[in-house]
Amino acid sequence: MSGVLVMMEQRNGAWNRMSFEALAAGQQLAEHLGTECSAVVVGRNSGSLSQELASKKLKKVYAIDHELLASYTADGYLAALEQFVKQEAPDYVLFPHTYRVRDFAPALATRFSQVLISDVITIRYGSGSTGSPMFVRQLLQGKLNADYRHTSQGPCFVSVQAGTFRSDAVQEGTASVETFTPQLLPDQIRSKPGEPFRESSQSVDLSSAPLIVSVGRGIGEQDSLSLVEELAQALGAELAASRPICDNGWLPMERQVGSSGQTVSPKLYVAVGISGAIQHLVGMKGSKAVLAINKDENAPIFEIADYGVVGDLFEIVPELTKAVLAAKG
Amino acid sequence: MKIVVAIKQVPERDAPVHIAADGRWIDESDLNYTINEPDAYALEEALQLKEKGGDGEVVVVCAGPDRVQSTLREALAKGADRAIHIECDDLGSRDTLGIARILAEAIKEEAPDLILTGLQSDDLGLGQTGVVLAELLGIPHATIIMQVELLGSGLKVKRELEDGWFQHVEMPLPALLTIQSGGNKLRYATLMGIKKAKSKEMKTVAAFPATAAPAVELERVFLPEKQKKTEMFTGSPAEIAAKIVEKLKFEVRVL
Ligand SMILES: Cc1cc2nc3c(=O)[nH]c(=O)nc-3n(C[C@H](O)[C@H](O)[C@H](O)COP(=O)(O)OP(=O)(O)OC[C@H]3O[C@@H](n4cnc5c(N)ncnc54)[C@H](O)[C@@H]3O)c2cc1C
Ligand SMILES: Nc1ncnc2c1ncn2[C@@H]1O[C@H](COP(=O)(O)O)[C@@H](O)[C@H]1O
Repeated sequence: MSGVLVMMEQRNGAWNRMSFEALAAGQQLAEHLGTECSAVVVGRNSGSLSQELASKKLKKVYAIDHELLASYTADGYLAALEQFVKQEAPDYVLFPHTYRVRDFAPALATRFSQVLISDVITIRYGSGSTGSPMFVRQLLQGKLNADYRHTSQGPCFVSVQAGTFRSDAVQEGTASVETFTPQLLPDQIRSKPGEPFRESSQSVDLSSAPLIVSVGRGIGEQDSLSLVEELAQALGAELAASRPICDNGWLPMERQVGSSGQTVSPKLYVAVGISGAIQHLVGMKGSKAVLAINKDENAPIFEIADYGVVGDLFEIVPELTKAVLAAKG
Repeated sequence: MKIVVAIKQVPERDAPVHIAADGRWIDESDLNYTINEPDAYALEEALQLKEKGGDGEVVVVCAGPDRVQSTLREALAKGADRAIHIECDDLGSRDTLGIARILAEAIKEEAPDLILTGLQSDDLGLGQTGVVLAELLGIPHATIIMQVELLGSGLKVKRELEDGWFQHVEMPLPALLTIQSGGNKLRYATLMGIKKAKSKEMKTVAAFPATAAPAVELERVFLPEKQKKTEMFTGSPAEIAAKIVEKLKFEVRVL
């Protein structure tokens, strides 16, 4: 087929919404390359999902359908997608950079002697038809960006970071739906996946908190947490944290904000000693206002902060607590 | 049970970010290095599995220049039994497939029951090397793993999904798991451990020569351009606090 192929992600008939961001990226890439974009859904009886895609501006919608694909396994997806990509021979294969994609896409690329360009934040295009696109990804947890180029023959596999393309930019149109039935045998699937579950102890709901004070590794040690607790108390805010704080057991995991924790959108989010790695940002960038306190002026958190202080949290936070208490009278 | 843990040495988190002269990486001259954080959790998981099982061996592997030996030595001090240093001065010019290949070559000979890697490196953030390694070795894998349980002749693992969800996955051995941070509490090396580490085996092997040109290339690095206008507060801590309170009152309206 050549052109661009976008892998859409679904579970039990419900989309992972990041798929539509990848779809928008795929449509834009195809337009720049002067080619067409198609989309593929993997699963069992995902007819209504492929029908939904039939109203998008796509060359074709493919439904890869097999009973062994009813729930996700790396082995099942890899075997099915390898056959499909071989048959269709797209120039580019785009994925949303989800946890599932992390699980199989690197190995899919390996089967084509390719390397997935993972977690891409921007696609830049050269002028004219010369020059292949440049894929920008982050290094050092967002402190540095890098240009990557695909330099070999064969499909170019790319996954796009959450929130970097807008799903509302997906263009409408019409497309026909085609089913692809892969050759799959039960023995090929070596792992047995269980049903997704949540830890039952989830008793803190940060998603509706109007004010959040969130603490990161910059706090240094557990004993210093009281500093941010006092600020939270003064503001009447919920206390939240980045992953390392919960990993250390300093705060319970249910207070973790980010891709594997809670997603929050308070009126005010105060980030104290948090660098702003993407996995944290996806959980809080819907906040109405963000105040960041960090000693490193290049910390990525300042990318999305409305208000910022470059300084030592141990000097700033106690003063701020005092000033808030005074203001409240 | 024989467990191989692939650990990577990465710049410390507060490393100064100055772009190197060739524009492809940061200036390494004044960097300090440490173990990649999820890899420390992978090592911890391996040590605990060995301790629970009562016998077995934990072998740590790292590809890189001579300096990575210090990180391997630390892993030995924490309790790993042996280390393999894959000598490789040109990591930067190899892509994921190239790096996974040299790891695969070195690990194949060990024929481990279980391979653990970190889920992602702090410097390159590819999140791929473990999965590609499993594919090259032809063994099953699972990613973003928080807990590992031996189950008869196989494994039951707890895999992290998005938004606070998890999933159990069962698989046969040999297998490869990419380990997420936070599943265990990390141990420190004891004085005794540090002493013992000195006499433990550290084998140096040559990296398998690159067989193919890289499929993708990093052409240049650059500092991110700031897109958002952040209002910065300066002054003494008290002045800064007063300015913030002003904003919280009249702009954010939460006071
Ligand atoms: C699959 C996956 C899922 C993940 N899920 C999550 C998630 O849900 N939530 C999450 O948060 N992370 C998650 N992470 C981890 C994430 O990538 C980062 O490692 C983490 O967010 C970093 O936390 P941090 O900002 O607190 O620490 P660091 O990155 O170490 O940052 C500490 C910051 O504190 C600053 N600082 C230090 N001392 C001071 C001081 N005295 N005063 C002021 N500032 C100071 C430093 O300049 C630095 O910016 C995930 C990673 C992966 C790979
Ligand atoms: N040079 C290396 N030596 C040993 N292990 C490595 C190396 N590079 C990557 N790894 C392993 O692969 C994991 C994922 O790395 P990455 O794909 O770069 O994000 C790391 O956490 C390590 O466990």
